[in-house]
Amino acid sequence: MPRLALVTGGTRGIGAGIALALKDAGYRVVVNYHSADDVAEKFTVDTNIPVFKWDVSDFDACREGVKQVSDAHGPVDILINNAGTVSDAKFENMSEAQWHRVLRVNLDSVFHMCQQVYPGMVEQKWGRIINIGSMNGQAGQLNQVNYVAAKAGMHGFTKALAQEGAKHGITVNTVAPGYVDTYLMREMPERILDKIIGKSPIHRLGAEAEIGHAVVFLVDEKAAWTTGSTVTLNGGTHMY
Amino acid sequence: MARVALVSGGTRGIGGAIAKSLHDAGYKVAAVYANNDEAAERFHQETGIAVYKWDVGDFEQCQDGIAQVTRDLGPIEILVNNAGITRDATLQRMAQEQWQAVLDTNLGSCFNMCRCVIEAMRAGGFGRIVNVGSINGQAGQYGQVNYAAAKSGIHGFTKALAQEGAKKGITVNAVAPGYVDTDMVRAVPENVLEKIIASIPVGRLGRADDIARTVKFLVADDADFITGSTISVNGGHHMY
Repeated sequence: MPRLALVTGGTRGIGAGIALALKDAGYRVVVNYHSADDVAEKFTVDTNIPVFKWDVSDFDACREGVKQVSDAHGPVDILINNAGTVSDAKFENMSEAQWHRVLRVNLDSVFHMCQQVYPGMVEQKWGRIINIGSMNGQAGQLNQVNYVAAKAGMHGFTKALAQEGAKHGITVNTVAPGYVDTYLMREMPERILDKIIGKSPIHRLGAEAEIGHAVVFLVDEKAAWTTGSTVTLNGGTHMY
Repeated sequence: MARVALVSGGTRGIGGAIAKSLHDAGYKVAAVYANNDEAAERFHQETGIAVYKWDVGDFEQCQDGIAQVTRDLGPIEILVNNAGITRDATLQRMAQEQWQAVLDTNLGSCFNMCRCVIEAMRAGGFGRIVNVGSINGQAGQYGQVNYAAAKSGIHGFTKALAQEGAKKGITVNAVAPGYVDTDMVRAVPENVLEKIIASIPVGRLGRADDIARTVKFLVADDADFITGSTISVNGGHHMY
């Protein structure tokens, strides 16, 4: 039976691109989502991919949610931590609530989700964990102290868990997208979008499917020697 | 008049050395500590440096504490976020409390402390913030998913706030120490410590002064073109 992949925040944007790419590659895929029921409903009808609703920033909700997934589909072999949120503000205007919200959803969620699936991966001596970081976590960004700290934290998380998972056949890697053409970008004023595109040597936004392609590469059986690594996909906007 | 510098976790270990070094360089220094009254009192007696007790993981305590330091010494122009703890465990044994305590004290504290000094720095048109990261935030470490995530989050935090502070004369940098001969490292079992030392090209543990001199370099008035940068001080242990 093909391996089971769980994608958080998987019903739209980059998460949906990842879920579809994994499905096309022959994996069994389930996705988690949190708020947009109508989007999730449409996604599951269009793709036949099962959807599960819970809040990844809540530890107990993750335990319940992953249990439901496992009861229905078996153990999770591949976890893609993709769910994320932003709450931008200049630092001097950023409230403590904005800080905590973004840290909980983007970084604590990685701890919550990994803790649910990791013991099973250790037991079966195989696992793939991909954390979706961000170019802004690597390069920094105005008005995003919270988001950048959370995404950069994810890179550290990846490297620590990669060290632990290595002897159990579990790889842990990060994919760090730049600006990708998702529903979020379409809400951006055109003049800002033009500026962003101008900064990329390739001169366009990334496609959701391109992020999915990188994830498929990393979760492959043959990718067993790639761990603790970051694959950057940003059209050359930031290199280091 | 001498600038006011505040060092968190500043009565022992690396923080104590940073506080002393800034004091010796002529700054007005305040050191914050959380628990060890006896060490703080001894530090104060030996150095004459003002000590303050509060939990930097708690936003309200930071607000009150910084208001007090400002009343006593004047507005804080230099902030060194050094306070940190470890709660090591492999992921499958790590309790949510271990995750949260390390995230709050090591990363949440950067938000709390910076948020409480940033307005005065912006108003004054000058600021120096140095966040003490870690080699383990850069390289990852077995049994430290929480610590590596928090410390690597610090590196992201630094790069985002550096972008915002740049036009107000505020620089934000990180210093990433390797293994330094402090209480925290002396708690490591001897056979493990020997292995660690053997893998450091310089052939010894770091000294707290190795870190302190780096911080002193970064907070100087004439270091105004260095921002968003990470200086690794690790004896060549990890390079990238």
